[in-house]
Amino acid sequence: MFKIIHAQFIAPGIKRFVLEAPRIARRQKPGQFVILRIYEEGERIPITIENSDPARGTISIVVQSAGKTTNLLNTLNTGDSILDVVGPLGKPSEIQTFGTVVVVGGGVGTAMAYPTAAALKRAGNRVISIVGARNKELVILEPEMRAVSDALIITTDDGSYADKGFVTDKLRQLIENGTRIDLVLAVGPIVMMKAVAEMTRKENIRTMVSLNPIMIDGTGMCGGCRVLIDGKSEFACVDGPEFDAHKVNFEVLVRRNAMYREAEQRSMAEFQRLLEAKHTGQKVEQSCAAARGAER
Amino acid sequence: MSPTAKKSLNPLLPRDRMKVPRQPMPEQPAEERAHNFTEVNLGYSPELARQEALRCLECAKPTCTDSCPVGVKVKEFVELIVVGDFLGAAAKIREDNVLPAITGRVCPQEDHCEGKCLLSKKVKPLGIGYLERFVADYEQRMGTHIVPNVPPTGKKVAVVGSGPSGLTVAGDLIQKGHKVRVFEALHELGGVLVYGIPEFRLPKQIIREQLDYMREMGVEFETDVVVGRTVTIDELMGQEGYDAVFIGTGAGLPQFMNIPGEHFNGVYSANEFLTRINLMKAYKFPVYDEPMLDLHGKDVAVIGGGNTALDAIRSALRLGARKAYVIYRRSEAEMPARIEEVHHAQQEGIEFHMLTAPVEFLSDGKGWLQAARCVRMELGEPDSSGRRRPVPIPGSEFDMPLSVAVIAIGTSANPIVQSTTPGLGTNKRGYIQASEETQRTTRKGVFAGGDIVTGSATVILAMGAGRRAAKSIHEYLTAGQW
Repeated sequence: MFKIIHAQFIAPGIKRFVLEAPRIARRQKPGQFVILRIYEEGERIPITIENSDPARGTISIVVQSAGKTTNLLNTLNTGDSILDVVGPLGKPSEIQTFGTVVVVGGGVGTAMAYPTAAALKRAGNRVISIVGARNKELVILEPEMRAVSDALIITTDDGSYADKGFVTDKLRQLIENGTRIDLVLAVGPIVMMKAVAEMTRKENIRTMVSLNPIMIDGTGMCGGCRVLIDGKSEFACVDGPEFDAHKVNFEVLVRRNAMYREAEQRSMAEFQRLLEAKHTGQKVEQSCAAARGAER
Repeated sequence: MSPTAKKSLNPLLPRDRMKVPRQPMPEQPAEERAHNFTEVNLGYSPELARQEALRCLECAKPTCTDSCPVGVKVKEFVELIVVGDFLGAAAKIREDNVLPAITGRVCPQEDHCEGKCLLSKKVKPLGIGYLERFVADYEQRMGTHIVPNVPPTGKKVAVVGSGPSGLTVAGDLIQKGHKVRVFEALHELGGVLVYGIPEFRLPKQIIREQLDYMREMGVEFETDVVVGRTVTIDELMGQEGYDAVFIGTGAGLPQFMNIPGEHFNGVYSANEFLTRINLMKAYKFPVYDEPMLDLHGKDVAVIGGGNTALDAIRSALRLGARKAYVIYRRSEAEMPARIEEVHHAQQEGIEFHMLTAPVEFLSDGKGWLQAARCVRMELGEPDSSGRRRPVPIPGSEFDMPLSVAVIAIGTSANPIVQSTTPGLGTNKRGYIQASEETQRTTRKGVFAGGDIVTGSATVILAMGAGRRAAKSIHEYLTAGQW
């Protein structure tokens, strides 16, 4: 069992958890992730580690409600526990002095890009961060990203905060303005990473993306997370999760991630029905334990 | 052996023993079991066990024991069955084998004890596996495990991986008085026994019982630890104070065929397919959250001829597949699977397409598997494995309609421990180098065994390596010399 030391929503549907996980905290490096399972009948899902505090023996993760498991996770609170948390998994981000690095974070991907941006800054790079969100409320980690960036550019899809538009608009501007860019790191929705990859490919700018395929064990054993890189199968859990964006077959990734869509929708619908039926009038955050019990 | 052989407790004369037919294993009827995950074999009754035990010839030179990777004293435990001392028989097996309820079910006896049984020259071999299973289950039902009481040595051993080799090391070393802690990467203990082997062949309850027994003996377990990532071998031997480490991380990364279309939805590795079913209980979706593709009414094929391939396709059948095929590029004679599993699969209605190999997977145009383009093979000259090499027959291509294909053609070495342990020698295929005799690696105090040393093999061979490792770890901890 892994105790939740602190849990707090940082935006609608996006929650930060600080977990007691001393072994993981000691070993974590930017770019790595954990796999967690909330309860006995739960699935295993990968979540990127936002930060760690080896002295306190804690790690933090940022979770956006999407399907059943993330929704259920986001009903957990300070003092609750998660049954299994394993990690840190995956290869750490490559941290070197590249020169100027543009870190692109889309949505909750910003939380995943943050530790790498910080490490790149510490390694002496000039870090330009571009953070995009659907609207003002969903802009996360602004102060944190500002603290590790030489410049922070924010976009919102609806223009409710900072500049209206997409992160790729800002990246294009940087390129068109003649900014010398030695490396781009893009973390976010697949469509965003693909758009970034296409833009930088033409400019021959080295670009890394952090991929999020469906995973089970996270140690290379099952091969479920295989991604097509330069026409060859690689495993995101042991060969990644970061890959050269220009070699990634994004279509295959999108397709494989949609493999269980029907089942996922069914899970989610039943979960919502359960919450509504059993806990009308209760706050979602309070209903977690009962919901888990009722599901069995 | 003493020159004056002790009198046999078997009332039958050797020539009469051969007249007793091999007692068949009671089974769930094929048509019934093809739709459930309950165990296929039901186990001997005490009467059947005694009857079968009477067949043992009690050879002066027991080739059964010599050919057993862990050296179970077959003749002696079988004699105890003859006189009805089933608990004594179980204890006799446990002297050499800490997991008898498991090996009694999954060991390929035809390659070891039963294959070398003298009876098999004239009649069917002694049912050693069935008898082993019987006494192990009997002991469990009686609930009378004997927990040895040994003085602690003060030495600490870390075991990496809770599969067959790791559990054997842990079980042997705890009985020598060493403190043993087993680290497991997954959330459940047992390694391949839980994620790989299905319920109908090895019920999870059996594994849990064996683990409970090990806990009673004092073995500690920690799940959710990927050694190499969560903690390194150096940290275990440094700040965590372990005097020796055994690495038994098992078969590694699933191999793919590198043919076009392998990334289509509906193409699984056997490890993923079986992990979803066995470990994650995807077949109980939505009670369990992990999903898998609905196989009802679908045509499913497994590619490969080993036990893993048969486990996968027999699972697919139980999950409602309309057609369930085994596609294997050699002939049935070369299939590495246990004979009993092949028979069971045939009885259940699995179709075997021998001398056939896929060359491409075809999709429906939307990225979902629709068929496998296959080619027929013929057997040519023997290859490096000594088996005749399959050669494609030109112009023999045909398409086999399929919704799901499961690739079970083997694994390659998982690099996590090797790449995070400086000085740990590996061979050119990436497996850990270890002495065949002592299981010592190139790192002082570090031992390794099982599939991470040999590549994919069997439960019993991994346990044999575990046995040798435990012996040599004990010697190292006692003598303190590397």
